[in-house]
Amino acid sequence: MLGYYLRLAMSSLRRSPGLTALMIAAVALGIAVCVTSLTVYQGLSGNPIPWKNDLLHAVTIDNWDPQFPARERHPDQPPTQLAWRDAVALLESDIPVRSVVMFKTAGVLATGTAGARPQRALTRVTSADFFAMFDVPFRFGAGWTAAADQGPEPVIVLASAMNERLFGGANSVGRTLRWNDMEFRVVGVLDEWRPLPKFYDLNNGALQEPEEAYIPWGWGLAAELPSAGSWNCWKPEPLASFRDFVQSECVWLQVWVELADAGARQRMQSLLDTYARDQQRAGRLPRPLNNRLTPVDRWLADNDVVGSDDRVLVGLAFAFLAVCLLNTVGLLLARFQRGAVTTGVRRALGASRRQICLQHLTEAGLVCAAGAALGLALAGLLLWGLRLLYATQDGTRDGIQALAHVAPGSITTALALAVLATLVAGLYPSWRIGRSAPAACLQGRPMGFRHTGRRFVP
Amino acid sequence: MLDMQGISKIYRTDLIETHALRQFSLRVEAGDFVAVTGPSGSGKTTFMNIAGLLEDFDTGRYQLDGTDVSGLSDAVRSRLRNERIGFIFQSFNLIPELDIFDNVDVPLRYRGFSRRDRAERIASALDLVGLRSRMHHLPAQLSGGQQQRAAIARALAGDPGLLLADEPTGNVDSLMARQIMDLLEEINEMGTTIVLVTHDLELARRARRNVHIVDGQVSDFWSLEPPAPGLHAGLVPAMMAPA
Ligand SMILES: Nc1ncnc2c1ncn2[C@@H]1O[C@H](COP(=O)(O)OP(=O)(O)O)[C@@H](O)[C@H]1O
Ligand SMILES: [Mg+2]
Repeated sequence: MLGYYLRLAMSSLRRSPGLTALMIAAVALGIAVCVTSLTVYQGLSGNPIPWKNDLLHAVTIDNWDPQFPARERHPDQPPTQLAWRDAVALLESDIPVRSVVMFKTAGVLATGTAGARPQRALTRVTSADFFAMFDVPFRFGAGWTAAADQGPEPVIVLASAMNERLFGGANSVGRTLRWNDMEFRVVGVLDEWRPLPKFYDLNNGALQEPEEAYIPWGWGLAAELPSAGSWNCWKPEPLASFRDFVQSECVWLQVWVELADAGARQRMQSLLDTYARDQQRAGRLPRPLNNRLTPVDRWLADNDVVGSDDRVLVGLAFAFLAVCLLNTVGLLLARFQRGAVTTGVRRALGASRRQICLQHLTEAGLVCAAGAALGLALAGLLLWGLRLLYATQDGTRDGIQALAHVAPGSITTALALAVLATLVAGLYPSWRIGRSAPAACLQGRPMGFRHTGRRFVP
Repeated sequence: MLDMQGISKIYRTDLIETHALRQFSLRVEAGDFVAVTGPSGSGKTTFMNIAGLLEDFDTGRYQLDGTDVSGLSDAVRSRLRNERIGFIFQSFNLIPELDIFDNVDVPLRYRGFSRRDRAERIASALDLVGLRSRMHHLPAQLSGGQQQRAAIARALAGDPGLLLADEPTGNVDSLMARQIMDLLEEINEMGTTIVLVTHDLELARRARRNVHIVDGQVSDFWSLEPPAPGLHAGLVPAMMAPA
């Protein structure tokens, strides 16, 4: 019967193209807004490295002001970054399979080739495990060894876009270039890599691009590189020189460890606690003990990567869809009412309530399916618009760009929304027209008229 | 075939109560051809709707083919309509967006016949009313008389025992009306019971029996021929139960 209902729905919809277009547009608009907001939301809330979620842990230690918590919005949490001496001390542990300490700095890259312009390059100063720990893909070459961190050796890894700009995308491994007037040798070029959100360093925005170059951790101290990311201090202490800064309670380093199992996790936690207690005995860490090992998903949540604003946005989108569907309910009711005589004829010829209801539900389903298809196209357009909007704001590429396309997930979402829309918008009108007495339908007043007499009194 | 005892039907709106049928009683035997006449608003359509299970009633008893229809589920009532009853309406009520073939197909779809069965039944029903060559026309492309014949084909395609025709000649000219009446007589002769509502006394007189309804009650009945005793008993005057 479904084939028959579909045929009837098609011919019925064709009979009043204006009303049909209006209904499809209403559904499409609602679905488009929902798909768009959900796509952005998913990009924000997604865990970019779920396969390592239980292995990777952000390390935090509360070294903050005894009077005030480090984070106003989360007073129970320690600062999100570490001071130099804590980071360096913890890095020595061999409990983690891998561990990384790092920060962001700014540099200028030049190939020395005549005519080639120097490039500003945000650069990550990091220990060697970074690439293996975060499963960073290489196009050419590889990262460096722990020994290179110690030296430090003048080696550099370029992001693929930077390699494109400097070397036209060629294999540049072995080439030398100048980074802030120091000579570096390229040892690796990354493949396209775009973790969203940028979970390992959320300090300058969850949607930030990864850095464009990577140099060994040792250069931080050796070249006295300042942080180009975020740093925070609370203690009145001398900060006149780089040395002062390094010795201070200022936090500016991201520390991550990869722990093989729960046992390792426990050992690492007790190491942290022991270390913190030692420090307390030495007169540091005035706040209550608060050391944490936080897996990625928890880390994203603790850092409000998906803010309540985004959730409100999605909520609003669904509210908008509800309004669109409410409209569709009205339009469907009107349309079904208009076809009441035909419905009455069908009832007279033997259609049951159920069959009439299903026939009309099929029609609603067809409208919603068409609406979903159009809505998906509209969502593509909306996301494209978002991309333009963010691209023109300042010349830089922004994370929203990576979000701004219709993913296969969006198609599933649209399909689910279409089914939901059919049920929400179609069920009531279909049920109502199915319930109408056939005689009333034949008289063209299927729903308005109520016959209140008791029926079948013996 | 059809047996109504003391049926009443009241339409209630916020403002008024209309007693469309009051203590209405009528029996129609299988094979009969009954013409129902009466002034406008007397309850003829209400009677037909109740007879055709298109509408509930308030009090009384109605047996169709010996089955008490009170309390039957919608699915069962729908199946009874589908298999036992054919309808013809004054305004033809062909479905405008479907061609004649698909219109006649409607009751057969709900019956669940196979595609071949349906095609055969549609063809022979359209043969009967002489419209086989028009099966792919839309209703709007046919004259009023042709549309009503298509509606008759649709009503008969499922081979119902009872044909209910509510002023089928109301919207066609008198020549067409007579042709439709010829067709109905032919159908009746083939064994289908017919109840026909009409304003046209001349047409009514061609039926085997006449029933006159006034104010929701049977006020008069007669038969053209001297009725056979058995058949006569089939028509029960409703005067026996004054409201
Ligand atoms: N759906 C309805 N609601 C209210 N009153 C109705 C309805 N249908 C019929 N009536 C009333 O019931 C009475 C009988 O109507 P009907 O059976 O259509 O008469 P007829 O077919 O003989 O002209 C009329 O007074 C009519 O106004
Ligand atoms: Mg009438």
